[in-house]
Amino acid sequence: MNDMSPTREERVEKLKGLGSSRKRVEDARFTQGKGNYVDDVKLPGMLHGDFVRSPYAHARVKSINIDAAMALPGVIAVLTAKDLEPLSLHWMPTLAGDKQMVLADGKVLFQGQEVAFVVAEDRYIAADACELVEVDYEELPVIVDPFEALESDTVLREDLEAGADGAHGPRKHHNHIFLWEEGEKEATEQVIDSAEVVAEEMVYYHRTHPCPLETCGSVASMDKVNGKLTLWGTFQAPHVVRTVASLLSGIEEHNIRVISPDIGGGFGNKVGVYPGYVCSIVASIVTGQPVKWIEDRMDNLMATAFARDYWMKGKISATKEGKITGLHCHVTADHGAFDACADPTKFPAGFFHICTGSYDIPVAYVGVDGVYTNKAPGGVAYRCSFRVTEAAYFIERMIEVLAMELNMDAAELRRINFIKKDQFPYQSALGWEFDSGDYHTAWDKALDAVDYAGLRKEQEERVAAFKRGETRKLLGIGLTHFTEIVGAGPVKNCDILGMGMFDSCEIRIHPTGSAVARLGTISQGQGHATTFAQILASETGIPADSITIEEGDTDTAPYGLGTYGSRSTPVAGAATAMAGRKIRAKAQMIAAYLLEVHDNDLEWDVDRFVVKGAPERFKTMAEIAYAAYNQAIPGVEPGLEAVSYYDPPNMTYPFGAYVCVMEIDVDTGEHEIRQFYALDDCGTRINPMVIEGQVHGGLTEALAIAMGQEIAYDKLGNVKTGTLMDFFLPTAWETPNYTTDFTETPSPHHPIGAKGVGESPNVGGVPAFSNAVHDAFRAFGLRQSHMPHDHWRIWKTANDLGLHG
Amino acid sequence: MSKMHIKLTVNGKEEELLAEPRELLIYVLRERLNLTGPHVGCETSHCGACTVEMNGKSVKSCTVLAAQANGAEITTIEGLGTPDELHVLQKMFKEHHGLQCGYCTPGMITRAHRLLQENPNPSEEEVRFGMAGNLCRCTGYQNIVKSIMAAAAEMNSAKEAAE
Ligand code: FES
Ligand code: FES
Repeated sequence: MNDMSPTREERVEKLKGLGSSRKRVEDARFTQGKGNYVDDVKLPGMLHGDFVRSPYAHARVKSINIDAAMALPGVIAVLTAKDLEPLSLHWMPTLAGDKQMVLADGKVLFQGQEVAFVVAEDRYIAADACELVEVDYEELPVIVDPFEALESDTVLREDLEAGADGAHGPRKHHNHIFLWEEGEKEATEQVIDSAEVVAEEMVYYHRTHPCPLETCGSVASMDKVNGKLTLWGTFQAPHVVRTVASLLSGIEEHNIRVISPDIGGGFGNKVGVYPGYVCSIVASIVTGQPVKWIEDRMDNLMATAFARDYWMKGKISATKEGKITGLHCHVTADHGAFDACADPTKFPAGFFHICTGSYDIPVAYVGVDGVYTNKAPGGVAYRCSFRVTEAAYFIERMIEVLAMELNMDAAELRRINFIKKDQFPYQSALGWEFDSGDYHTAWDKALDAVDYAGLRKEQEERVAAFKRGETRKLLGIGLTHFTEIVGAGPVKNCDILGMGMFDSCEIRIHPTGSAVARLGTISQGQGHATTFAQILASETGIPADSITIEEGDTDTAPYGLGTYGSRSTPVAGAATAMAGRKIRAKAQMIAAYLLEVHDNDLEWDVDRFVVKGAPERFKTMAEIAYAAYNQAIPGVEPGLEAVSYYDPPNMTYPFGAYVCVMEIDVDTGEHEIRQFYALDDCGTRINPMVIEGQVHGGLTEALAIAMGQEIAYDKLGNVKTGTLMDFFLPTAWETPNYTTDFTETPSPHHPIGAKGVGESPNVGGVPAFSNAVHDAFRAFGLRQSHMPHDHWRIWKTANDLGLHG
Repeated sequence: MSKMHIKLTVNGKEEELLAEPRELLIYVLRERLNLTGPHVGCETSHCGACTVEMNGKSVKSCTVLAAQANGAEITTIEGLGTPDELHVLQKMFKEHHGLQCGYCTPGMITRAHRLLQENPNPSEEEVRFGMAGNLCRCTGYQNIVKSIMAAAAEMNSAKEAAE
């Protein structure tokens, strides 16, 4: 060693490994307008596809006349269900075990449904031709209410055999999809029937939509000479898309290459398989030319991937002192026209049974009835892990209602019911094993940070002033303590279309000590190219700046289930760490040979193996990598590569404590967020800067959902919120500044202790905003008002409570 | 449909092309001139992903007809900074984590560029108001605002140093 050698701290610093707020490597291309999104893909001879969509929510399709459209110069083809039928592609399987029409087969079941696919030389001609396709419809009775659907004689899905079981067991009515149950029904009912205090409420989580800024799209290119199909698209799970495309088309999987280029936000919208993808593939096969399909915003909001739409009827019981004794929940779930929920196969209601939340509840039951209506299919996890947002909203509302029933402070009620630190790993009444947590510490930190006692005092004074007629503004304090369940998931119970929900990472270390790693996931803004390199840097001692991360090309990346449900860090992040450890194990053998010592005489130190007790004798990872390629080492294969497929032993359970302080104008229904404090515990923190960004973004989506965003239908099934004029996306003007904070409780079963964070702020944010609205009116007896709390609804709430004099 | 002859100056370069009069400027830029920095998020003037500068004003190029743009001077994200010499806004967006998926970013930066010409020393409120025509689904704006404020500060101190 000489004085020039870097100190240990300098070497750690240089790695930019775990815990570093490393700047993002993706940003260079995005800030210069050099991203490559699907609509940027341009191929010679490329054609454009567009859909003729149904204006009706329920109608028989009596005839389709394509003659006028075909006569338009520049139109190449118009596909209808009849054209797809010989290929058996007029219907396709959904992720939820149901099937869905690709193009209307005899009838349409929701407004915006795909009826015909026009292929033309450019997008303008395609749009013109759509107008020229004549479809003769016969209107049928429309059902937009799931409760009505279960009573109605109108059969929505005539294709399903009456009385036959569905994918998830018996169907009790022709518009019923499944009943899914978990927990102990009778025992729960007994506890509730004999409880000292019971609170009962219907909590509705309205239908909304992930609405990423980039809509969905694909480009299919069938190379008939080589028999290869290449498909670019907005896919959150490219490998699954390849498998599905192969099963549907009969093209062997090795002849299909799926590429997810840069994705302009996903939030669950881009998990599913849509008719547009299928039609672009078929059209390319038929025409022999590449075919691009890009949704417009209206298509996106009307037809692809809605989220939520859960009517949750709850009962929660407690002792007089506020100790919760039982929880009962029945959900009526509006799935729309086809059951296309994107959940792991065995979980038709996702992980909704995380709905016991952060609380030690001895006995519980949930039952979920899935129902068909004349609305768009979907049911995706909009920035959440499979119905976890619904569950968190439900329990956090029930806690508030119970606090009212008990006439107790809601913060205190939570505190006395939290699962205690020493109860982890904790077995929940609905069957989950919570890995780790320290809820009391997080809660106290949050309440201290906002001066909770001071806020309550101010609120009391405000109510008094309001009653004296001195102010027209009320103050709401929205509390939430949420527990999420992410990182799906263990192959033993999690699969999608039979594919286990493991994930993967493959690493190659180059002779000069830099590396490339490929994963089965795909970033949609989360910054994987930045953060996965940090995991590897800490594991292998190669600086993150010398590691390229690649995802999204099925020809090069190892198979993985993709990015959604906050699963990338828990699953692919673990695979990355494990692959890094394999590299290090081999490197140790090489170092031992080079240093002429036994493997066991070496120890790892940041970026090198050092001989124990002789710190001057070491080999850096870069030296070892070089040796791996240029020396014959007895008993060791040349090269330095590793691959890991990681099957997580359990889910991870991130949690957080949020407080929203909101001013509400009783006369206009307007709100102002005065303060928002978000404490997140996502276990080990990989990149604090990226985590903070994820929290800001998730909270803003939560703000949108809670305060105004909605996919609303009228009685005829018309979508009333099909453009950004009516569908609320907050601007910089409406969005507050957030204060972020953290505690760090590592996951005991994850190789680096990380839990995932992308979705926590949406899961916890929605109840925090909504509880703030409710809390503002608590003194006037408001128990429950449905989201979204837009100005009109808040005004209406105030009016119903008689606050307008 | 018959095409018309259109002349534009885009990022300082003169361009001549044939386009249908109904063609939107965003598609002329993206598809005829291969400038794919500006994006399409709505085509109804709400999202700002398509923002470019036209004759010294921010416009949403999804609601400008190619015919209306005839003779105009246009700057897109591709005209701000070069890989070797990034624009201050481009640097600050990276520095302050002002982007995630990057889809809104070209429009955001192009709009912020014009905003800072109009108001070189904006308050946070003025930035939030001045950027309200540009939607972002990923960042929650806090870091975008931070990036723009930091860029303004940097541009002002560079100007002072030069004076
Ligand atoms: S695409 Fe122009 S404003 Fe949205
Ligand atoms: S960074 Fe994704 S929309 Fe702004």
